[in-house]
Amino acid sequence: MNKILSFIIILPRSGTFYLFIFSAAVLLLLVPKSKEDPISYSIFGILTLLLLILSFAIGWHKQRKKSLHMRGAWELMWIRLAGNRTAMVSMMVLIILIYLAVLAPFITPHDPLESDWGALSQGISPSHWLGTDDMGRDIFSRNLFGIRVAMGIGITAVLLNTIIGTFLGIIAGYYGGKTDNVIMRLLEIWNSIPFILLAIAIMAALGTGIGKLIIIVSLSNLMAFARMIRGSVMAVRELDYVSAARVIGVSDAVIIVRHIIPNCISPILVLASLNIGETILIIAGLSFLGLGIQPPMPSLGGMLSNGQQFLHENILMSVVPGVTILLIVLSFNLFGDGVRDALDTRLDN
Amino acid sequence: MGHPPSQIKNTVWENRLINYTIRRLLLLIPLLIFISAMIFAILKLTPGDPAVILLGERATEESIELTREKYALNKPLHIQYVKMMTNFFTGELQSIYYKENVITVVLKRMVPTLELGFTALMLALAVSIPAGIISAVKRNSFFDYASMTTALFGISIPVFFTGILLIFLFAVKLRLLPASGYGGSMFTLEGIRHLIMPAFVLSFTLMASTTRITRSSMLDVLKEDYVRTARAKGVRESKVIWKHAFKNALMPITTNVGNQIARLFAGAVLTETVFAWPGVGRLAVNAIFRRDEPLVFGCVLILSVIYVVVNLMVDLFYGAINPRVRYE
Repeated sequence: MNKILSFIIILPRSGTFYLFIFSAAVLLLLVPKSKEDPISYSIFGILTLLLLILSFAIGWHKQRKKSLHMRGAWELMWIRLAGNRTAMVSMMVLIILIYLAVLAPFITPHDPLESDWGALSQGISPSHWLGTDDMGRDIFSRNLFGIRVAMGIGITAVLLNTIIGTFLGIIAGYYGGKTDNVIMRLLEIWNSIPFILLAIAIMAALGTGIGKLIIIVSLSNLMAFARMIRGSVMAVRELDYVSAARVIGVSDAVIIVRHIIPNCISPILVLASLNIGETILIIAGLSFLGLGIQPPMPSLGGMLSNGQQFLHENILMSVVPGVTILLIVLSFNLFGDGVRDALDTRLDN
Repeated sequence: MGHPPSQIKNTVWENRLINYTIRRLLLLIPLLIFISAMIFAILKLTPGDPAVILLGERATEESIELTREKYALNKPLHIQYVKMMTNFFTGELQSIYYKENVITVVLKRMVPTLELGFTALMLALAVSIPAGIISAVKRNSFFDYASMTTALFGISIPVFFTGILLIFLFAVKLRLLPASGYGGSMFTLEGIRHLIMPAFVLSFTLMASTTRITRSSMLDVLKEDYVRTARAKGVRESKVIWKHAFKNALMPITTNVGNQIARLFAGAVLTETVFAWPGVGRLAVNAIFRRDEPLVFGCVLILSVIYVVVNLMVDLFYGAINPRVRYE
């Protein structure tokens, strides 16, 4: 009984818990609007639930730590990250951006696709906060949806990229020899075509679409992941406890999951967090060329490409999406730098 | 009696370098076969009958049959591939839009692209290496903070946004430079006026990342014992920085430049689009919208060859700057 009580006292001490309370409040406020876009609403609900689980985990950890007087590797990393002011500020910006991205359908004042023919190419006004574009669409609303698409595709692509790259790197590093040779040579060939040209060739053959975009982008940076993970796996593979596990007859799959992956997790994290910024730039670039997200769906790159034609009339059409991309990528880069410093991994890139 | 020892060593090293270069050049052949096969395979995924795409919807059954015969489209895939490659090299592979030999079309657009890329590369190196060295030597100075902040923005800003901002400032507001287009060879005044903005835009990302790398690797080297020894001996500071420190910091800088070349290619396609620069990148993008597959094939293949050769040159440059590199 006493234990549970002290647990409840400890729970509110983590920032995650306050974030959960905020999300839960927003979730309740949005109940009447939830029918407009049930998918976004349920995604937000799942995120809120994850926050609750996370704050419970943190609370439980703090509780246990009190009696153990020990600090885990993750906690040490978090302490170092929390001491880095730039990383913390960029993390807060990212959290705000994620909220905006998920909640875009509920907070936009206008429909991003709806034209207001009475207000073409206008400046800042109370009804259109960041003005309207050449077709009278609200730039602020389009921008929010642009953030949503960019972050959604960017994060999905980096996740896929990390999973595929890590898998290839682990197989190459763990089995070595011929397997290693084949995988790495194939990746080298894959890498010897500049990515943008590969994307162009694939788009030429298959046409455009969000699914294809995610797949192409997630195959872009495999080499960096595979090479890095392969190196760490090769180092870990020779350690005594891995040999010991092999001697007592543990299967390869179990060794990889239980002993190899946990030891390679920090380079994976660092590489992934440094990669998101660049991936978002690539997606914006492809959309700018007209090869990525297709109009009328709002995308930051597409908005810029449209805005370039109206530089004389309305500079807001270019500046708003441009600054937004800059802000997203800058925050991800700064946060990635922070994670790298906190994990103290040397990336020989 | 024979050569003095140092000269023997040098000859051995040179022989190794030549051997290595020849071997790398020979390795290019299978690599290029793989690359062309991959592009061919990707383009083969296109839905629809290539002969119909080639001739248009209203073509007669006979002419379609003739085209199939000409490009071996009714044969198995590997024969189609060989046919496409021979057509490519003999100049029979024609662009659908330009009705001209693919190689000629691409090579015509190559000069503006090379001018742009080369100027951007040189500009990036000329600015970033001194900036990185000064930042490292005068650490925590105003210059250091200013250049590092600029560099951080440089790696985070999209190429096309930099371009649009510059067009707005210098072409729309100040009316100093032309907003877009190609003004002829870069050795004429008009050519340079047109080149300034695109070259700067393309070089900005590379400039930013090279400045960061130069600074951090110089900081690493300046901590080394031999730098302290050199200073203690009374070697002039400028000599310490250039001869002792910079020469050893050049390795990571070269690696970074090599890695960034792929980005430079991507940047070139975007820059050419923003500034309506008549280069190969723009040609490739337009070829997609015009469904001109032979031209897509040609552009991607030729640009990939250039990319591979540039990477080979970077690898060879390692040996020139660092004799410790062994060419095995």
